[in-house]
Amino acid sequence: MERKTKINAEDGKQELMVTREFDLPLELLFKAYIEPEIVEQWMGTKVLKLENKKHGSWQFETSDAQGNVVFRANGVIHEFVPNQKITRTFEMENTPFPVQLEFLEFEKLTDDTSKLNMHIVYRSVALRDQMLKLPFAQGINMAHNRIQDIVSKLK
Amino acid sequence: MNLRRDVFQAIADPTRRAILLLVASQSMTAGVIASNFDTARPTVSKHLQILTACELLEQEQNGREIYYHLNPQKMKEIADFIEPFRKMWDDRFNKLETIMKTYKPNK
Repeated sequence: MERKTKINAEDGKQELMVTREFDLPLELLFKAYIEPEIVEQWMGTKVLKLENKKHGSWQFETSDAQGNVVFRANGVIHEFVPNQKITRTFEMENTPFPVQLEFLEFEKLTDDTSKLNMHIVYRSVALRDQMLKLPFAQGINMAHNRIQDIVSKLK
Repeated sequence: MNLRRDVFQAIADPTRRAILLLVASQSMTAGVIASNFDTARPTVSKHLQILTACELLEQEQNGREIYYHLNPQKMKEIADFIEPFRKMWDDRFNKLETIMKTYKPNK
């Protein structure tokens, strides 16, 4: 299958672009970003707050199976134009990572297809590269944990 | 031309990406590579220099000719580095798409 999600991270820049085309009408794509119950499903996180308006704020929280909070993020919405764009900040709580700025642009391609451009700006080039590597590092951690689980069961 | 030894800089250029694709099929000399492009030969040489400097291409002396071939290890490094980040978003967006496709009739 063709890679639908594209990442464009130019070297030496403190920003990156995530692009994705959806087999969904624009309105449905946008809805997936503003309805808390839907956001919870695809982001895999709990939505504590999501105020879809200028100067509104949002907060997401993820807990593990034992109920411990493993991730919490929040931000402020700076621009909100239905079916067009959302400009917001994103900050992970209890991490050394500073706030980042996100420009989300929603675009109609045809009646049944749409496109999302997510432009993320980080405080520095180094931080952007660190954020890019985060899932890579997490993937390695997860693999290690899995190995540990398996090994501990062998004992 | 910027001569930074950075793989991401190297693959940001469309001609250099085309060169990598070309050399991926088989190792070849600078002359053969250049003959595949309309670009002036010195420009292609410069591209080869950059690709070699950041170890995406390797040179191999064969008699009087120098052959360029791909360094798959370095190519893998680039792919591996950004792939988990892309995959994370791809998974999320696939989920979004699936959810919204079933959302329509329920409305």
